Amino acid sequence: MIRLSINGKTHNVEVDPNTPLLWVIREQVGLTGTKYGCGIAQCGACTVHIDGAAVRSCSFPVSAAAGKRITTIEGLAQGKNLHKVQQAWLEHDVPQCGYCQSGMIMAVAALLKEKPKPTDADIDAAITNICRCGTFQQVREAIHAAANANAKA
Amino acid sequence: MQMNRRTFIIGSAAVGGGLALGLRLPFGPDVARAQDGSPEVGVWVAIAPDDTVNIRVVRSEMGQGTITGLAQLVAEELECDWSRVRIEYPTPGESVKRKRAWGDFSTGGSRGIRESHEYVRKGGAAARVMLVQAAANQWKVPASECTAANSVITHAPSKRRTTYGKVAEAAARLPVPQDVALKDPKTWKLAGKPIKRLDTRDKVNGRMVYGIDLNMPGMLNAAIKACPVFGGTVKSYDAAQVSGMQGVRKVVQVGDDAVAVVADTWWQAKSALDKLPVVWDEGPNAKVSSATIAEVLKAGLDADQAFIGNQNGNAKEALGGAAKKVEAVYAYPFQNHACMEPMNITARYTPDKCEVWGPTQNGEGAFAAVLAASGLPAEKVDVYKTMLGGGFGRRGAYPNDYVTQAVLIAKQMPGTPIKLLWSREEDMLHGRYHPVMQCRLTGGLDANGNLSALHMRLSGQSILAAVRPQVVQEQKGRDPLSFQGVFESGEHAFTYDVPNLLIDHAMRNTHVPPGFWRGVNINQNAVFMECFMDELAEAAGQDALEFRRKLLGKSPRALGVLNAVAEKIGWGKPAPKGVYRGLAHLKAFNSYVAGAAEISVTDGNKVKIHRIVGATDPGYAVNPAQIERQVAGSFVYGLSALFFQECTVKDGHIEQTNFHEYNSMRIAQMPKVETVLLPTGGTVWGGIGEPTICVAAPAVLNAYYRATGKRIRSVPLKNHGIELV
Repeated sequence: MIRLSINGKTHNVEVDPNTPLLWVIREQVGLTGTKYGCGIAQCGACTVHIDGAAVRSCSFPVSAAAGKRITTIEGLAQGKNLHKVQQAWLEHDVPQCGYCQSGMIMAVAALLKEKPKPTDADIDAAITNICRCGTFQQVREAIHAAANANAKA
Repeated sequence: MQMNRRTFIIGSAAVGGGLALGLRLPFGPDVARAQDGSPEVGVWVAIAPDDTVNIRVVRSEMGQGTITGLAQLVAEELECDWSRVRIEYPTPGESVKRKRAWGDFSTGGSRGIRESHEYVRKGGAAARVMLVQAAANQWKVPASECTAANSVITHAPSKRRTTYGKVAEAAARLPVPQDVALKDPKTWKLAGKPIKRLDTRDKVNGRMVYGIDLNMPGMLNAAIKACPVFGGTVKSYDAAQVSGMQGVRKVVQVGDDAVAVVADTWWQAKSALDKLPVVWDEGPNAKVSSATIAEVLKAGLDADQAFIGNQNGNAKEALGGAAKKVEAVYAYPFQNHACMEPMNITARYTPDKCEVWGPTQNGEGAFAAVLAASGLPAEKVDVYKTMLGGGFGRRGAYPNDYVTQAVLIAKQMPGTPIKLLWSREEDMLHGRYHPVMQCRLTGGLDANGNLSALHMRLSGQSILAAVRPQVVQEQKGRDPLSFQGVFESGEHAFTYDVPNLLIDHAMRNTHVPPGFWRGVNINQNAVFMECFMDELAEAAGQDALEFRRKLLGKSPRALGVLNAVAEKIGWGKPAPKGVYRGLAHLKAFNSYVAGAAEISVTDGNKVKIHRIVGATDPGYAVNPAQIERQVAGSFVYGLSALFFQECTVKDGHIEQTNFHEYNSMRIAQMPKVETVLLPTGGTVWGGIGEPTICVAAPAVLNAYYRATGKRIRSVPLKNHGIELV
């Protein structure tokens, strides 16, 4: 039995401790916003926050997440209020197919926590998620917009 | 998410539109109804009493924005309140029952809007006429005295008004007018405008349901492994080795070439599959390699027999008499689509019903696959589409693919819903690959440096021979699609006017299954033709733009887009220090497209793309904001292919298994993309999702030559030690 704290709720899961956190989140806990893309931490579609830092959950054993604070895309908003990154994503109409965007948004939210006003170089270094639709131009615009919302807040 | 046998709703009913799948059919006692019970006003629109407008779309949304664009066209004619619009996907089973009332479901070839705009607009217009008539009947006034706007019908003389929702039940009982006038696009208020997509909210909060996310009571999960060598079969497997593993329910053979493990969770299924001993009969292709395939194609460059795609004058004779001859050989590899969401589908089979749920670009194609695999008649089969995590051509209908597999598994566990999900590795090893192609181009210049003759010899794989053999048969062995962008006529017609021309194709098929890969054959044809045009221009001592302009006298729209990118990139004016330019153009999917790139190169091999200007003339632009995103996105897809992507063959199988060996562009490498939209109207509408993809690669290759003096004639650039930074 592994005790997980996900989006502020405690989940006790019966699972092989070597199972990647991604699959526990998707299959045992039932939160499917976090996506499977590659299984080898290349694409970033599975990005979640563990104690506030972006982690690629497809390559992170569930046992290592026990007792830590896990946030998924479903837990990013505060109640009905979208996170400023989600809000910027809406305003800039960022997603195309949208499949990679949960991971992209989680990676960006973690970046903004660390660097509230990231430069383009900061973005290039920190955001390495794959988007096959090619939404990068809107992603960059929306990151800067969210950062400005940051500054105002 | 709620789900029942016939219908379910994707995501929440978001502001500005949810996505409901499946209609409540067959017919009720009176009129057909939408999923929410609202009455149909013609087949394209159903309106609820609260004025919610359900617009039907049968093309699949995979990120390209087609549901938003098609809804804009219907809503424009319907004159409805856009903020109350929702999208509904009718199913192929319903389509069969209603004699294909919604037309073609296939979502490929950039056809979603360009081939259905007329009948969906007529659907919107017919519904408006019916709603207005219903109000007029109620008021006992002539319909001609009533007007409709924003879902409100007004009778000005009596100052009466009502809403669409209030008269929809009555409107649904009126005959559907067949002959309705459409608006002049110049008067559009909603179509043609850069409005936001309908499906964004659930894509930013994790609620959007893709096929991989489906869950049903009692559902089990399947992981699959097919023989890595195409054409090979399963010889034996030892289920006992894994059947005791946690969660494992069953180990099954799927067709003659695959084995699947069914378990409580997919991770358990995959873990067991990884440990399952399987012996393959690799069949006759186990010795095929990229090198042996390349040899076969190389021989095709000199073959006597080839299918002609475009011809005028006498190219061979004119080449013999040319003042100067230029020759070059190019090559283009196999490439995988690598959709972010790996292939998957959920199937449930009983002897009375077989249904599948999941991502497909062609609901009717998936329906046919379910019919064939289940052995059930059409009235016992249906397909329910989810959102697609990318498609790019991979999720079209291919024989013996993931839909078939899922049904074959479900048949071995009747009554249990089975979600089949491919691992990324399975997805990479069992793609429907971009065809492999080589090309020799020979050009002749006269004494004045004019292009007097051109022979383009293609040698390589035909997609249609593999997936639509009947078309190839009708064409006496020729695959007309092989000539996309250089064809004799039609939506992929060659734009250059060359007095002596021969474009032919020595078809050389391989055991690697080909498929439609975003842009299809324009990817390689544009690299071949547009890089060679630069080679010819240089041999003629002429500017690359001027050389092309002289050949485009009969193609003003091609000239229009080429001039537009040249002007915007600053062609003819000095570039910033260390920056070099290249350009390219093509006609594809009935759109005229051009691209111009600015790059710099450090250490001879590190390429930075600073800007790309893309221009398109699709005739009509339904949503300029989404078109800009498609242009930029197509460049990401095309440039990822140019720099990084090749699927090589060793011992009969594909070697690349995941993104570490098959890279894709990241944000750091993204150039600034500037889109120029030049819709010139006319009667023929062009496509959006694919055409521009083909101009990025040749524009960058032509710029790379100017920067380095090195002409690169094969893709991908990583094989030349060239990096994208």
